[in-house]
Amino acid sequence: MTGLAATGAPFTVGTPALNFGIFAFFVVVTLVIAVSAAGRNRSTNDYYAGGRAFTGWQNGIAIGGDYLSAASFLGIAGIIAIYGYDGFLYSIGFLVGWLLVLMLISEPFRNTGRYTMADVLDLRLKAPPVRAAAAVSTLTVSLFYLLAQMAGAGALVSLLLGVNSSVGQGLVVAVVGILMIFYVLVGGMKGTTWVQIVKATILAASAAVTTVWVLSRAGFSLPSLLQHAAASSPAGTRVLGPGLEYGVSTTTKLDFVSLALALVLGTAGLPHVLMRLYTVPNAREARRSVVWTIWLVGLFYLCTLLLGFGAMWLVGGKRILAAPGGGDSAVPLLADKLGGTLLFGIVAAVAFATILAVVAGLTITASASFAHDVYAGLVRHGEAEPGDEIRVARITAVVIGTVAVIGGIYAKGIEVAFLVGLAFAIAASANLPSILYSLFWPRFTERGALWSIYGGLITSVGLIIFSPVVSGASSSLITDRHVNFAFFPLNNPGIVAIPVAFFLGWLGTITDRRPADSARFARMQVRALTGVGAERGGRA
Amino acid sequence: MSLFQPSRGNAGSTADSYQSPPWSDAPPWHVGGTAPAPQPSAIGYEAVRASRDFWTIQRRYGSFVRPVCTLFIIWYFLFVMIAVFAPGFMRVSVFGDVNVGLCFGVLQFVSTFAIAMSYRHWARRRLDPLSDRLRHRLEGGQEP
Repeated sequence: MTGLAATGAPFTVGTPALNFGIFAFFVVVTLVIAVSAAGRNRSTNDYYAGGRAFTGWQNGIAIGGDYLSAASFLGIAGIIAIYGYDGFLYSIGFLVGWLLVLMLISEPFRNTGRYTMADVLDLRLKAPPVRAAAAVSTLTVSLFYLLAQMAGAGALVSLLLGVNSSVGQGLVVAVVGILMIFYVLVGGMKGTTWVQIVKATILAASAAVTTVWVLSRAGFSLPSLLQHAAASSPAGTRVLGPGLEYGVSTTTKLDFVSLALALVLGTAGLPHVLMRLYTVPNAREARRSVVWTIWLVGLFYLCTLLLGFGAMWLVGGKRILAAPGGGDSAVPLLADKLGGTLLFGIVAAVAFATILAVVAGLTITASASFAHDVYAGLVRHGEAEPGDEIRVARITAVVIGTVAVIGGIYAKGIEVAFLVGLAFAIAASANLPSILYSLFWPRFTERGALWSIYGGLITSVGLIIFSPVVSGASSSLITDRHVNFAFFPLNNPGIVAIPVAFFLGWLGTITDRRPADSARFARMQVRALTGVGAERGGRA
Repeated sequence: MSLFQPSRGNAGSTADSYQSPPWSDAPPWHVGGTAPAPQPSAIGYEAVRASRDFWTIQRRYGSFVRPVCTLFIIWYFLFVMIAVFAPGFMRVSVFGDVNVGLCFGVLQFVSTFAIAMSYRHWARRRLDPLSDRLRHRLEGGQEP
């Protein structure tokens, strides 16, 4: 690895060897934790839900670990460093969406499901096609989110280790993938959760330390920090207000509204967040964990605001954009400016570890969905041996990890926060309507569920394919400007896809000739609000 | 409320009997497939849903969650719409370089924390005792 790092690098910060050392230290520590926490992982309850033995605060921090991805730490601060206030709009959407999870989802979800989102729909509708649909959308959202994380990893590698050749970067991304698969295979949910807790703690601590450091440079005065930031930006004080990134035209404004909708509704549909609700003993602990998450995530985003403006001031937008990874490199560069190579190494390693942990969380979710919903639920009609099911989950984890590595090698260079915004839009349109309808709408039927899941999935993914994200713009995936099939003008499909999915769920239901099963809805409601029949967990 | 009387059949399955330790590999609810815990049949659930206690829980839950969710969504989109369509307003200075937009944004954080805390306290006081009572009655093990 040092050989790779030593290859001539036009843009290096810090010393690759030191950075690598810090990162390797983190990897070793988390591996030890994952292995020792793993236990035997023989029942599905252990493997998927960590024995449901985590307390509210532990799980709350772990959810924060799953949620605060590279998009949050690097992406948002980077957007703030370049566009100013507009990046702040992202973090507000990312935070406010948690209230929906807290009040509408966490307790009913914990009370009515076992391991996956499909379990909840299945309790309500008892229909194999719905389980299949829920599995398809879980896998799609997870894969999209995975791609975003791996794209961030590629960019970071070149900055952190000074690896600039694409073969070298690919190799490092592959190593990341293999490590993450190992966490999941060995640690199961219990090991992965502990990795998340450690990661979230280190991430929050390093963000807090860097923030205090930035503030101290500005004499602990917020107005003075803002003044310095504005003074060093070519846009001047305009960076302190909204509109630099999204205020260009009506299309970009609508695009932002679309993104805002996706962010606030997407959180409640993220499968890897929802699955975490099952790792606590009961609904009350699930509620408690979401409150913990809200505090952790909220305080963290307040830090990123200051970090972003700090980077604007101390590093400068020009230098950030010139760095490999562009905006995503703002925070590591800021750390270098403040604390030299050591702080740079720590922050970059933490960012890298963040990607690693989120990828592990996504992998276990996707593999659980495939093994539990598709294999055990549909192929074996609920009769699979736990050992078999876990074996399938492990194989799936390897497959998904491999896909993520390959995708990450190709997807690098796209802004991470932006890709995550797309994943949120897909989650909000494919998952959220059917979850809310099956929890709260007495009339909801199988057909409504199928229409809303597949309709939301096809609309959101389809609109992305026909948007400037894929073709027709300078920043598109297809760089050939002659190929242009972008008839949908917005980058984020949320504003169309989410209402369409809700509408289809309603339409599919009211045109369904078969009446809704009122006994099943009664059971759903009683279980959701009282927790009767829900699987309990042990004490941590 | 005859439905909630303890029955003869399921006397063994009280709430405590399936509290197995976290390290146990085969918790009781896994034995024999998917049925997790003792639970009333579907007919029982309809009766529960029609009961007065359940009606109270539902009404209370709805009366908190519905207005609060509506309000915070409106509050959030008010913020988004002003940021997007009236950026000039957001740039109005409050003191020095701290402008309306920044204060508005931070207020979104404050309101989120406040709503989360008040929901937690409210649910603990107003929902939990009722739902505990209902669950114990249900799990007291009766078959209609």
